[in-house]
Amino acid sequence: MRYLPLSDADRAEMRRTVGVETIDELFSDVPKDALNPVLDLPDHKGELEVERIMRGLSAKNHAASDGPFFAGCGAYKHHVPATVDHIIQRSEFLTAYTPYQPEIAQGTLQYLFEFQTQVAELTGMEVANASMYDGSTAAAEAALMARRITKRKKVLCSGGLHPHYAQVIHTNSELIDDEVIEAPSSPDGQGSIMEMIDDQTSCIVVQSPDVFGHVRDLSALAEKAHEHGALLIAVVTEAVSFGLLKSPGSQGADIVVAEGQSIGNALNYGGPYVGLFAARQKHVRHMPGRLCGETVDAEGKRGFVLTLSTREQHIRRDKATSNICTNSGLCSLAFTVHMSLLGGTGLRRLAMLNHEAACKAADALSQVEGVEVLNESFFNEFTLRLPKDAAEVTEALAQRGIVAGVPGGRLWPGEDDLANLLIVAATEVTTDDDIAALKSALEEVL
Amino acid sequence: MAMNSQGRQTRAANEMNAEVSTHTGNKALQIEEPLIFERGAEGGSGVDLPEPEGIMPRLGGQQAESAPELPGLSEPEAMRHYVRLSQKNYAIDMGIFPLGSCTMKHNPRLNEKTARMPGFSDIHPLQPESTVQGALELMDRLAGWLKELTAMPAVAMSPKAGAHGELCGMMAIKAALVARGEAGTRTRVLVPESAHGTNPATAAQCGFKVDKLPAADDGRVDLQAFKSKLGPDVAGIMVTNPNTCGLFERDIREMADAVHEAGGYFYCDGANFNAIMGKTRPGELGIDAMHINLHKTFSTPHGGGGPGSGPTVLSEALAPFAPVPFVVSDEDGFRLVETAAGEGEQAFGRMVAFHGQMGMFVRALTYMLSHGKDGLRQAAEDAVLNANYVQKRLSAEMTPAFPGTCMHEALFSDAFLKDTGVGTIDFAKAMIDEGFHPMTMYFPLVVSGAMLIEPTETESKFGLDQFCDSLLALAKEAKSGNTERFEAAPVYAPKRRLDETQAARKPVLRWQPEMAEAMAAE
Repeated sequence: MRYLPLSDADRAEMRRTVGVETIDELFSDVPKDALNPVLDLPDHKGELEVERIMRGLSAKNHAASDGPFFAGCGAYKHHVPATVDHIIQRSEFLTAYTPYQPEIAQGTLQYLFEFQTQVAELTGMEVANASMYDGSTAAAEAALMARRITKRKKVLCSGGLHPHYAQVIHTNSELIDDEVIEAPSSPDGQGSIMEMIDDQTSCIVVQSPDVFGHVRDLSALAEKAHEHGALLIAVVTEAVSFGLLKSPGSQGADIVVAEGQSIGNALNYGGPYVGLFAARQKHVRHMPGRLCGETVDAEGKRGFVLTLSTREQHIRRDKATSNICTNSGLCSLAFTVHMSLLGGTGLRRLAMLNHEAACKAADALSQVEGVEVLNESFFNEFTLRLPKDAAEVTEALAQRGIVAGVPGGRLWPGEDDLANLLIVAATEVTTDDDIAALKSALEEVL
Repeated sequence: MAMNSQGRQTRAANEMNAEVSTHTGNKALQIEEPLIFERGAEGGSGVDLPEPEGIMPRLGGQQAESAPELPGLSEPEAMRHYVRLSQKNYAIDMGIFPLGSCTMKHNPRLNEKTARMPGFSDIHPLQPESTVQGALELMDRLAGWLKELTAMPAVAMSPKAGAHGELCGMMAIKAALVARGEAGTRTRVLVPESAHGTNPATAAQCGFKVDKLPAADDGRVDLQAFKSKLGPDVAGIMVTNPNTCGLFERDIREMADAVHEAGGYFYCDGANFNAIMGKTRPGELGIDAMHINLHKTFSTPHGGGGPGSGPTVLSEALAPFAPVPFVVSDEDGFRLVETAAGEGEQAFGRMVAFHGQMGMFVRALTYMLSHGKDGLRQAAEDAVLNANYVQKRLSAEMTPAFPGTCMHEALFSDAFLKDTGVGTIDFAKAMIDEGFHPMTMYFPLVVSGAMLIEPTETESKFGLDQFCDSLLALAKEAKSGNTERFEAAPVYAPKRRLDETQAARKPVLRWQPEMAEAMAAE
């Protein structure tokens, strides 16, 4: 077995050193009838054979690069520079552990410090942590953090929040008997949770651009929330939008969570991704997750360490702010390398290219008979109302090699009034030919 | 004598002044690297993007006036910056990484190659199921391996890390109690003192009260104390097996029977599954839920602290409450159940936006296919043999925490350092100077100055002997009274010992422009 260095001679000699005749003497605490079970699994295989099997499975999937591609709703197809994947495959990054020995983990710690700075700047906030599992779990942790700060138990989710995010918040908050109220979905971008905010509200969770693509002004919501002593949690599922839109922090958000996949990370069928989590300095000790901080070494030289760990489970145990003891290390490195290559001006240009691709797509598709574009504003994603069930349409277009977008029925199963909606995303990878192909295919199937 | 015969003779090393200070602060291959904010230029960029066409924006008036204030680096600058940073890290590819309960084993590169196949890395979580049949089949096959290796009937694939898997298991227990109408009364969860900190944190996050279980003198759960704590208010227990002392809980079946009899559930922390994979199956020992760290046992890399993946196997009693989404199959192929209605009616909810860590699933299945059932069992046996070999050899100078053999990790106390003036942390930092990553320190909490060593199966005997020789020499040196090198350690690392107290007292969590000015002023 190519991954196991011990030879049979080594094993025999080591058993003698240890003082056992058979390996199973070391498993003597395992109940005898449960030792060495017969397993219905194959034996080991060579690299060639394994690769062949995996390639076979891979070939059964239609990759985003295989044809015109317009799916979004929390995961986006972007171009990632080749440098990014090279860096994250460096042994010293890929095969390191959590930087608990800072003297020999400065590489990881310094990029985390750079990552935190980039995230804080993009979100317009004062501090950011070293990342979360993904955007949705970051949103759930943000709601729990708001509860710790406000000591209140009511969470309001806006109707434009990605329904899966709302469900993750529900699942986590209801465990401790908190009330989670979701405003009705508002595909036309008109609904608001403004009137639902009261003095029992812990936080309002608002996404912009929202799941239908509308760009929301958060300022008035922030003001109303603050009047009632509640926090505004801003959710962003498309990190490239930070390049072009006003930051949530500048509009009064108290916590900003985002899915960072779009910068540096592949689609990966939903994971691994990288959750961004930023907050105000005054709330830093309520934050979940790892934090990297600056300090000095014994010679007075600058260095970095994981810090404020008294919030964390390995110190605080059942009093910890969260049970989280991991971040999305390698994905945050990918984010940071890509962001360092882009710089602020590069990100802005990338964001403009995304927006323009979406503008062109919206204009083209609005010409298809029976199709209505619901958005007045959008970043790189917008919603169409089709004259028939959008899931049927996406399936028919998939047969033609086109991934047309996300149908309403996929996100809101059973909600008939949303079934005809198709949410369409365009990015810098979308070509004019892709848009033309989608338009003519849509004309054919409608 | 042929060397240097034409040049100036090299002085012997011991005549050299080790304290040569360089003008740059660099030490040959160790380069002091500034932050990107101190070296990159705003407006710089390492990507060439086309000029936008100038289409009138439709951003609802929410366009920012200017670009984010972040520097950009050209590609050669970025490459050099991050490669220099990488060289300040220790990694499993460089040497043994003996962190107990972390299972730092070799990461096969085939796994990286397969994870990047476009049919896995370049597919969207919400594209039509008909276009991702291979991905769903892969998830189904991986689930099949996990179920067979654990003898459990179901597995929830979506948890994104070990602690997330714990949360999944405890949420399933809570949902089962709700279904029984006992969620209001069964509020206490028993957790051994030796448990990972995530266990009590998870129980608390689920709204349970945590009740500590004492350890017996042999490092295992005190069975009598455990039984005496059972009652009608107990929701369940959370036990790690093998436990964090590196010992198999030999009373595990009796514990499972007792907690079931008392109406509770058995959560098993699967962090140490590497010791027993292919050797014994938790499902035959009476557990109800266990997470499996794919990034530990199945070697999807740790990546400097993530991403992880923590699928959670569930018993018949808990399986109906598994979260959405999950994969089902019929004659038409594979599909996802994504909503808590119909087939997912009893699901306790949703843990993540999408379907879990697909990238880790690909790596883990690749690893399993490579090993096969024979290789996995051999890996567990070698992991346990390596740990016992280390325990035996180090016992010559160090103090094992408990008598007898161990499973996959060897636990020592600081008794051998008593009265030397050297503490566990100094000993660990001296290991860094010798070229090794330290073991897990001060954990588990039940052993004084604990040192927990997990070599894993991917260390050779040659490598283990180097490691043991070095630790034995350090232990002798500590006992001989040479405390200076321990107090000063590490001397040869990229940084000397870092002041963690200052970091926590005055947290500086991001770079600010003022920092550059302050540095310039110095």
